[in-house]
Amino acid sequence: MDWPALWLSLKLGMLTVLILLPLGVLAGRWLAYSRMRGKVLIEAVVALPLVLPPTVFGYYLMVAFGGGSPIGQVWQATFGHQLVFTFEGLLLASVIFNIPFAIQPTQRSFEAIPPEVREAASCCGMTPWQSLLRVELPLAWPGVLTAMVLSFAHTLGEFGIVLMVGGSIPGETKTVAISIYDRVQAFDDAGAAQMSALLLVISLVAITLTFAASRRIGRRLG
Amino acid sequence: MLSRRRLVVLSGIVSFMALAPSAAHARTDEPVIAAASDLQFALTEVAEAFKSQTGRSVRLAFGSSGNFARQIRQNAPFQVFFSANEDFIKDLAKDGFMRDAGELYAIGRIVLIVPKGSPLQADGTLADLKAALADGRLKKFAIANPEHAPYGTRAEEALRTAGLWDAIKPKLVFGENVSQAAQFATSADTQGGIIAYSLALAPKVAALGSYELIPAEMHKPLRQGMGLTKTAGATAIAFYDFAKTPAARTIFRKFGFVLPGEAS
Repeated sequence: MDWPALWLSLKLGMLTVLILLPLGVLAGRWLAYSRMRGKVLIEAVVALPLVLPPTVFGYYLMVAFGGGSPIGQVWQATFGHQLVFTFEGLLLASVIFNIPFAIQPTQRSFEAIPPEVREAASCCGMTPWQSLLRVELPLAWPGVLTAMVLSFAHTLGEFGIVLMVGGSIPGETKTVAISIYDRVQAFDDAGAAQMSALLLVISLVAITLTFAASRRIGRRLG
Repeated sequence: MLSRRRLVVLSGIVSFMALAPSAAHARTDEPVIAAASDLQFALTEVAEAFKSQTGRSVRLAFGSSGNFARQIRQNAPFQVFFSANEDFIKDLAKDGFMRDAGELYAIGRIVLIVPKGSPLQADGTLADLKAALADGRLKKFAIANPEHAPYGTRAEEALRTAGLWDAIKPKLVFGENVSQAAQFATSADTQGGIIAYSLALAPKVAALGSYELIPAEMHKPLRQGMGLTKTAGATAIAFYDFAKTPAARTIFRKFGFVLPGEAS
């Protein structure tokens, strides 16, 4: 049981969710209420990581954030170390790759709020911010919960991208998914089986929570 | 839209983020060593011997030599590189990624391995392999990927020397490194494969089938070189030197490596 790898995966999942929580809520809300012309295009771009093979994504991330790229060099100059092969690089990749999981469920749950409710809130003199906190979020929370749980579980399972921009550095980028791959190659079936079983349980719990919560999206106001 | 609460929440998130990465870098001197997959068992033992002798630990990362060479060119934070082919070390040194041209630490061998119950025989001369191709016993054969794994390149050379390459090519299964090739070769899904001698000698692998050495004349020698990268620290240098001591050489010998200066 590779505890450092498990802790690394959990930390990566938690930080990804922490960053994506405000992003998912605000972006999902904006997309739900917006009626601009190019909205479909934005939704397609948001959904892109869902259909793109992780290795394609990893390749572009390396090209965009690697030592030879402008972004990579700015990062190196600012922070003194590189972006690829570090935990920060992994976190950045994880946040980008989980954008569809963070935005789509929240968008759906905001869309399920009847416009009359929002109009009533603004008639009561609430600012959009107050409306979000006191009227919309209490209604839309199942979607937000779904988004966060899915992002967390998806981060735990990410392999292709971690392999390409991570480098499998123990304690830094060697997540539990990589560790399982590593144990199999070391002919350590017991270790691989243990970690796989644990991930299976975590994934099952995550999916169950998601399904239970998603059934409540849009049902509150009948 | 800019309320006080929002600012508090945002600044909380940002400071959390700022703290987390620095925790990841608060590490003691435990260098990451890049090692070719054929050293999976041998170098693990060498690292354990190093720890009991000096009390210092290293972190080992195993993979194909070609892959590590590429990553080191992208400034991957490895401090020592144990390659299965000294040419990788020399090329990296030429391009300024290593301290020096490194040195030879061992010469490897390849074996033909067949899993239990396979219709193939463990015949190192590959004569039985030739027969199996002709009479249809062979369906899938595993080697490491010759494009970036030295043990795969040598496997291809041996197969070419035996005149079998064109016939066996459609039946080949490639491991991303020689460990994965060993995984495939010892599973019930192939009839056998060509892997590193050092892996076949490990008890966990030996228990899964039978193997025989392939004559060294059938392929170019597996001259395995090691080198210190530009970021090598004190512990890394100590480990590099330890790999040349009698204690480490005994371990390499145990895993079938021929040591520089010794007859095979």
